Amino acid sequence: MSERYSRQELFTPIGVDGQAKIRSKHVLIIGAGALGTGSAEGLVRAGVGKLTLVDRDYVEWSNLQRQQLYSEADATNRIPKAVAAKKRLEDINSDAEIESHVMDVSVEEMEQLVNNVDLVVDATDNFDIRMIINDISQKHNVPWVYGACVGSYGISYTIIPNKTPCLACLLESVPIGGLTCDTAGIISPAVQMVVAYQVTEALKILVEDYESLRSKLVSFDLWKNQQTGINVDKMKKINCLSCGDDRTYPNLAFSKRTKTAVLCGRDTVQIRTPNPIERDLDKLASILSQQGKVSQNPYLLSFTKGRHRLVMFKDGRVLIHGTKDIAEAKTLYHRYLG
Amino acid sequence: MELVINGDKVEVPSTVETVTNLLQNFEVDQKVVIVELNGTILEKKSHQESRLSDGDRIELVHFVGGG
Repeated sequence: MSERYSRQELFTPIGVDGQAKIRSKHVLIIGAGALGTGSAEGLVRAGVGKLTLVDRDYVEWSNLQRQQLYSEADATNRIPKAVAAKKRLEDINSDAEIESHVMDVSVEEMEQLVNNVDLVVDATDNFDIRMIINDISQKHNVPWVYGACVGSYGISYTIIPNKTPCLACLLESVPIGGLTCDTAGIISPAVQMVVAYQVTEALKILVEDYESLRSKLVSFDLWKNQQTGINVDKMKKINCLSCGDDRTYPNLAFSKRTKTAVLCGRDTVQIRTPNPIERDLDKLASILSQQGKVSQNPYLLSFTKGRHRLVMFKDGRVLIHGTKDIAEAKTLYHRYLG
Repeated sequence: MELVINGDKVEVPSTVETVTNLLQNFEVDQKVVIVELNGTILEKKSHQESRLSDGDRIELVHFVGGG
């Protein structure tokens, strides 16, 4: 066992002392899809003392191309990702404590999960939950590492409370309706690149080498052979409601959250965006028509895929037919609408 | 006009006169984008009036949500 981390200890910025620090730390990963499985494996192999992994979804065949902890048996048996990931991670490193939750994370769950956590790694697929992570991070003074990817493109940024800008400082508006891995595809090297950035930043934080953190917002496109970084330090806003002097953590307030409701007797869940938006139904139709059956009238767009039908209204509301399960409905919503 | 975008020299059409035009040209105008022009980050509201000149160095990073 003493040999286990020898190569990592030989790496001077970590060393024996750094390894002991990694062993004493607790990391929370939200999401166990492509990024989450990559980061979880990286951190568990690196010897993190405790890892908490949370996901609401189950393993499907379309995950296996890039979600590195899962097997064909997991997909065949529709094993919840949090369950399948925990089993695999314990096989990889029996010395790490793995806590996993099959759970749809919102504000209340994050308030519980963040207790005694040293770092949050973002492996989610939408900005609703990222804005919640952002405000929880500020409220509880816990750093987090944003990461996302689609196609051959990826992006990452490390947010240290009271030091760097937060995600709300960087985003003048919350991105909506973007391309997702389920509409634009994704290649696994793009995932691995984001994971490499996130896990490296995580290791720096765990060994408390804050000086070495990357201050730039980094992005790359592996297919187009592009890579860039912008130093965004100056974007920290003193009047930011999430991290500024008079902070109110707006993303933790009920009114700002995406609202869901099960429509009784209809096998349908309604999802409403936190703020009124106007969906471009024509654009959405052209994206979704590659994925399933689409029909449209001036007021709404209907999209059928398998046993589910999503009906999108111009005002942003979406009805998910074919389920009574809010977590499943949210998964479908973010899969196709970002 | 030739610009240096994310480190690469790129010839853009003459219709691209402002940062807003540039974002439209690259079809990222509907996305949340951070634009750095010659080392200075632009506020979103100034994209429309920020005129581009030959040789300008631009860094573009757009946010995505997948993961």
